[in-house]
Amino acid sequence: MTKKSKSSEGASFLGASGAELFDRILQEEGVEVLFGFPGGMVLPIFDRLYSSPIKFVLSRHEQGAAHMADGYARSTGRTGVVIATSGPGATNIVTGLANAHMDSVPMVAFTGQVRSALIGNDAFQEADITGICRPITKHTCLVKRVEDLGRAMKEAFYIARTGRPGPVLVDIPIDVSTSKLAQEPNLQIALPGYKPRISGHIRQIKLAAEAINASKRPVLYVGGGVIIAGASEALRELAHKGKLPVTTTLMGLGAVDEADPLAMQMLGMHGSATANYAVQDSDCIIAVGARFDDRVTGNTATFAPKAKIIHIDIDPASISKNIKVDIPVVGDAKDSLERIIEFIQPVDRSPWLEQIAQWKKRYPFTYEANGNIKPQEVIDTVARLTDHDAIVATGVGQHQMWAAQFYKWRKPRQAIISGGLGTMGFGVPAAIGAQFGNPGKTVIDIDGDGSFTMTMVEVITAVRYDQPVKWIVLDNDYLGMVRQWQEMFYGRRYSATPHPCPEFKAIAEGFGARGISIRDRAELADGLNEALRHPGPVVVDVKVEPEENVFPMVPAGKSLHEMELGKLA
Amino acid sequence: MKHIITALVQNQPGVLAHVAGMFAARGFNIDSLVVGRTEDPELSRMTIVVVGDDRVLEQVRKQLEKIIPIVKVRDFMNVSYVERDLMLIRIHATPEKRPEVVELVNLFRGKVVDVAKSSLLVELSGAEEKVEAFIELARPYGIRELARTGIIAMPRGTQSDSRQTDEADE
Repeated sequence: MTKKSKSSEGASFLGASGAELFDRILQEEGVEVLFGFPGGMVLPIFDRLYSSPIKFVLSRHEQGAAHMADGYARSTGRTGVVIATSGPGATNIVTGLANAHMDSVPMVAFTGQVRSALIGNDAFQEADITGICRPITKHTCLVKRVEDLGRAMKEAFYIARTGRPGPVLVDIPIDVSTSKLAQEPNLQIALPGYKPRISGHIRQIKLAAEAINASKRPVLYVGGGVIIAGASEALRELAHKGKLPVTTTLMGLGAVDEADPLAMQMLGMHGSATANYAVQDSDCIIAVGARFDDRVTGNTATFAPKAKIIHIDIDPASISKNIKVDIPVVGDAKDSLERIIEFIQPVDRSPWLEQIAQWKKRYPFTYEANGNIKPQEVIDTVARLTDHDAIVATGVGQHQMWAAQFYKWRKPRQAIISGGLGTMGFGVPAAIGAQFGNPGKTVIDIDGDGSFTMTMVEVITAVRYDQPVKWIVLDNDYLGMVRQWQEMFYGRRYSATPHPCPEFKAIAEGFGARGISIRDRAELADGLNEALRHPGPVVVDVKVEPEENVFPMVPAGKSLHEMELGKLA
Repeated sequence: MKHIITALVQNQPGVLAHVAGMFAARGFNIDSLVVGRTEDPELSRMTIVVVGDDRVLEQVRKQLEKIIPIVKVRDFMNVSYVERDLMLIRIHATPEKRPEVVELVNLFRGKVVDVAKSSLLVELSGAEEKVEAFIELARPYGIRELARTGIIAMPRGTQSDSRQTDEADE
């Protein structure tokens, strides 16, 4: 371990307080915006932020700040940063961290902690936040001495953004932020147990390429790892060189242009019939940056029964966790794909591609555009008006699945969606974070009335900081996805799912945003167009068909090919 | 089936809780978990006996490797190794029965470390089967109290560096 006594910019930290060090290390790490909420145990840090060039965004609830940092990170690829005070401030970001962890989002969270001498004494606003967050973060760390703060921060950023990214929590007792450095701190990262740079073994790369070349009915099954690794172009090249049809997971939306003839859209529980039939019929599944989640596989015992499984992933623990893998490639998705491409031979797969084209023709995502406004029609219209080019966040539920099915995604980092944890309320703040990271771009949150209500208070934050997010609420006065399950599997006993909504237009206006209310199909396109052209934040409340269902649907525990097609059948 | 895994960990607060929590959260069964210092003051070694099939063992190893303060993980599959479990056992032994018990202790190369009026405190170490065999034989006399450290293990010298964990995935 080498002693390094100065920052990378060479300036001295001698005599600086922990709070000053905090500010300066954030700047060294290139942090441009910090989301959070103040409190007693972070007072010294906020005092320093008062004069810092880093932009601070005050959310109305710490959970909102955490999701903003998440949306910022997903949409830009940079590390999102959130800060909260001890105790309740810290516990309020727990959902945000768990959410980022499940979806491998690079985030660093800083929490204040009570004075070191009081830790463990049940002090006012004390919580063992490192203990609480250990299983839902990539790493946590309690800083005990001001001399360790800088290194802990550097390590946090390094861990968060490398390997399989994820959230890191750094807990800072107030005496650490007030103490002054009596000696130059050692800022050298020392993580002997962390080796994030893994390159796939050449033998495995060749085996994978051989299996692809030998297959007659291959399917590329692509997850969020491809987006994280910046591997979309390599993926496109591989797919075209090998004539490999592609399906993406919810997290992989945008990794491939859905207008591409090889694209089969999303697979899984609410995936396209084409993708699900193709997987079940395939003789070779090439999984890239995906983890065989139960929402993707359905019944694992009958998942892709005829296929050899190739799995490319940077996280060795993802391999053979849910599905036994035949050819593992442990490595970065971009690096692995680029190396596999070299060994790919052109193979005539026209019967397979024809079969897929037929499925695509027969089983597109569809709905009946008549009567009440259909939620799918709203998304269709938004997609058309934004040329499939907006950054689109969602909450969790039916609207999320319809957005996944109907937006027709074009490019990486465009879909800002809570996948693994399925966090309702994610969309409202995540869209704000995405807008901060993408000034001048159209950022939309397609939300449901349930998810929107959970975090709508953050509309105030967008108004205050002049972030022109468009929230489009598919309002059916139900907690729709749960209602759908009750309709299909619980004899239509709508227990706790009716969800009467307030006037979102009036609320939006009360918050200082523009409010638009759409009640009639005839007003839909004009209303949405008006919202999209408005220069400031807008909440659009669209009353939609209350009992519309999401199809196709693979019932829990069934195989992918046993999906219920609904109106497609 | 039982497997032995060792993990070299950085001495940081919370590492033990992290490992224990990971086992609980992922539903892995631990037979024993031993933590102790090593030759390096900054590192400790955990020796964990896990119950499960090969796939469970594989997942346990990979999940351990993901924990950042864990520096190195080694499993003892297909490796010849030495294991030891240390036991302190208090056996009921009246003066009449005492010679019999001492004889038994000697057969197992144990040590009597404390003698009381009606009991003997015995120290015994060895592989798990040996320790268990002794317990079975001591049972008829009456076991008053028993404490075991759990297993620690080390590969035999010729192959101690035979398996690099990070290559095992390929």
